[in-house]
Amino acid sequence: MQISLRGLATSIHGMLFGAFFLLTIFGVLVELCRQFGETRPAEQSARARLLESLYLTATAALGWAAVLSGAYIVFPWYRAVPPAGAINLEPWPQALLRSSRLTAGWHTFGMEWKEHVAWFAPMAMTTVAWIFIRYRTQVRTVPHLRTALLLFTLAAFGSAAAAGLFGAMINKHAPVAGIRTAINIMESTR
Amino acid sequence: MSTAAQQSRPSSPASGQQTPPVGPVAAAILATGIGCFALGVLTVLARASQTLAAALTWFAPTGPLSGVTSLAILFWLLAWVGLAGLWRRRDVPIGRTTAVALVLLAVGFLLTFPPFAAWLPGK
Repeated sequence: MQISLRGLATSIHGMLFGAFFLLTIFGVLVELCRQFGETRPAEQSARARLLESLYLTATAALGWAAVLSGAYIVFPWYRAVPPAGAINLEPWPQALLRSSRLTAGWHTFGMEWKEHVAWFAPMAMTTVAWIFIRYRTQVRTVPHLRTALLLFTLAAFGSAAAAGLFGAMINKHAPVAGIRTAINIMESTR
Repeated sequence: MSTAAQQSRPSSPASGQQTPPVGPVAAAILATGIGCFALGVLTVLARASQTLAAALTWFAPTGPLSGVTSLAILFWLLAWVGLAGLWRRRDVPIGRTTAVALVLLAVGFLLTFPPFAAWLPGK
């Protein structure tokens, strides 16, 4: 069982940072919706406030980790230019996708959108986390503010989901694997 | 007579005291809209002009994306700090600010959408 270094980095970017970011945003959405159902704001212990702050900080941090690792580690491998005359384009995903009109759309539409739209999510979630942590009382008592946070969280979820979906589909059609520098995960017994 | 801004500034349920002004909250919300709008505009500009795309290539392996996103983050943070300073002691209507921020966010979102960019002049 082997994985290339680039494949491992891409998995960390997408499946660790990206997927956990989506999960944690969903948690924020659930919490905001729950608060809409409260007849009066619930009392929070110091421990609950601390855990809520940690959760929100982790959410924003995961978002930044996802976009930064994507833009500065995985994307350069994806968009690397193959040497002139290269026949096997497998190590150069962007060139591989663009080499066929059947797959070119994954780059011209999918990656072109994904690489930009993803950045909305950490910006929005940083704002949501900051307001949630610094203005805890107002979030629980001002419906307008709660609605604002809900809409921004929804926008973050939408942009992260679009980026994640296209990332997964693009990697399925043209995996970022590079010229294999394999990491052995497990030796076969057969 | 209370204004819409004052209505969005409740008393603390526990103490009965007034909570701090929500100006900094409005600043954070509007700054996010500005940052997203900036990202959309910069994306279109980098797609439309080779010269600008080259100027926005701050990290060659990543290409123009590095400059586009770094500048958008810079605009977002500057807008946040600037507006927060301006509205530090003010109550700003959250509903209206959110509406403006969401319009900016929606336009930014649309500008990053490749089919939309293809309709723009010069493409």
